[in-house]
Amino acid sequence: MSVVLVDSGGANIGSLRYALQRLGVDAQMTEEATAIRAATHVILPGVGAAAAGMARLRELALVDVLRALTQPVLGVCLGMQLLCTHSDEGDVDCLGIIDAPVRRMPGGEGLRVPHMGWNRVQACAPDPLLQADAADGWAYFVHGYAVPECGATLATSEHGVAFSAVIGHGNFFGVQYHPERSAELGAAVLRNFLAL
Amino acid sequence: MLSRRIIPCLDVRDGKVVKGVRFRDHVVVGEIVDLALRFRDEGADELVFYDISASPDGRSVDVGWVERVGRELDIPFCVAGGIRSVAAARAVLYAGADKISINSPALERPGLIDELAAAFGVQCVVVGVDSLRDADGEWRVRQYSGEPRRTLASTRRTLDWIVEAQERGAGEIVLNCMGSDGVRHGYDLEQLRAARAICRVPLVASGGAGTPDHFLAAFTDADVDGALAASVFHSGEIAIPALKQWLRSQRVEIRP
Repeated sequence: MSVVLVDSGGANIGSLRYALQRLGVDAQMTEEATAIRAATHVILPGVGAAAAGMARLRELALVDVLRALTQPVLGVCLGMQLLCTHSDEGDVDCLGIIDAPVRRMPGGEGLRVPHMGWNRVQACAPDPLLQADAADGWAYFVHGYAVPECGATLATSEHGVAFSAVIGHGNFFGVQYHPERSAELGAAVLRNFLAL
Repeated sequence: MLSRRIIPCLDVRDGKVVKGVRFRDHVVVGEIVDLALRFRDEGADELVFYDISASPDGRSVDVGWVERVGRELDIPFCVAGGIRSVAAARAVLYAGADKISINSPALERPGLIDELAAAFGVQCVVVGVDSLRDADGEWRVRQYSGEPRRTLASTRRTLDWIVEAQERGAGEIVLNCMGSDGVRHGYDLEQLRAARAICRVPLVASGGAGTPDHFLAAFTDADVDGALAASVFHSGEIAIPALKQWLRSQRVEIRP
């Protein structure tokens, strides 16, 4: 198995790498198309704004590389949002791999945005990614934009309204929460991803 | 539904965890990684590390210990102390911290908040506010509170500063009520309620926790998102599993 972390400029790359090390996997960080294509599993991390994330992928000429991947791909947090069609954040077109928009989370009375902290996650569609301990539990979220419930939703969480905690389409998956910081549930989803 | 967070705070000085009373007389309470993992195992939702020696000395955080914590810990953690540039923040975030908290440097140069929010997103940027009530009844912020000799009173009103910090891009506010810190008579609910009323981002209460009731009051009366405490957790006086179970029994949304 060869796992790569796409160096998309997100600050959580180090944390994800450590999380994979805790599972016994030494993932390489890379921005090279060749290394990404050759990997058995590709993780697209991301923290920060969607426009900056897309700009970075364009700069590295990785847009078409990522779209064409056939091995399991996991987008994490902003990385998940980049897999979608379009983000409200900066009104930017994303990779368009998963047919879902990214919308600003509605705030409101008692609803703070960014949505920051531990929230309940519940699987709503059977999927190998969400087997066993990864199906239901508590995960750590930090985000101000989210993918509404849609056809690609595999698990939901709720902050005022339900939103997609996990999405999937073919070999592409995305988790809105931070598996590297979500204790048991986070380790379980990463373990399942590596077993795909 | 989003849960309320229980956040042990570890004051770090020269690479060790320390605790003082009313910000003075610090004693070493243990090794950073050992304590971090102990709190994680007990069910802490998040950890905050304040490098209290960093800011007054004009030094930045030593990222060596941040990386050691980042390798081992699978819950979020925030690092504070002496981060006064985008470069310093990047070093801490890349070492594995999820958030950086700025306090004195933001008071020196408020534009730092804008710069950090632009570079990393507001979700990474926590503004810590040390606040004390003055004789005229106003809450005002304090600067360099890690070192009593150098602590400065500011003319900034605490509530004005919280508003400004959010406008500039703070994604979370930690309000440390210095009058109640370390004495365990409860969080300063009056001040926290006033802050809550003007704070639309997550608000974390700090200073004064002594009993489980104090946590309950902070969540239910002041509607804070997280409650931070140090001494009661370090001493074992409050065990986190029992605290969380009790809060759940009081119908507070808490991660088991």
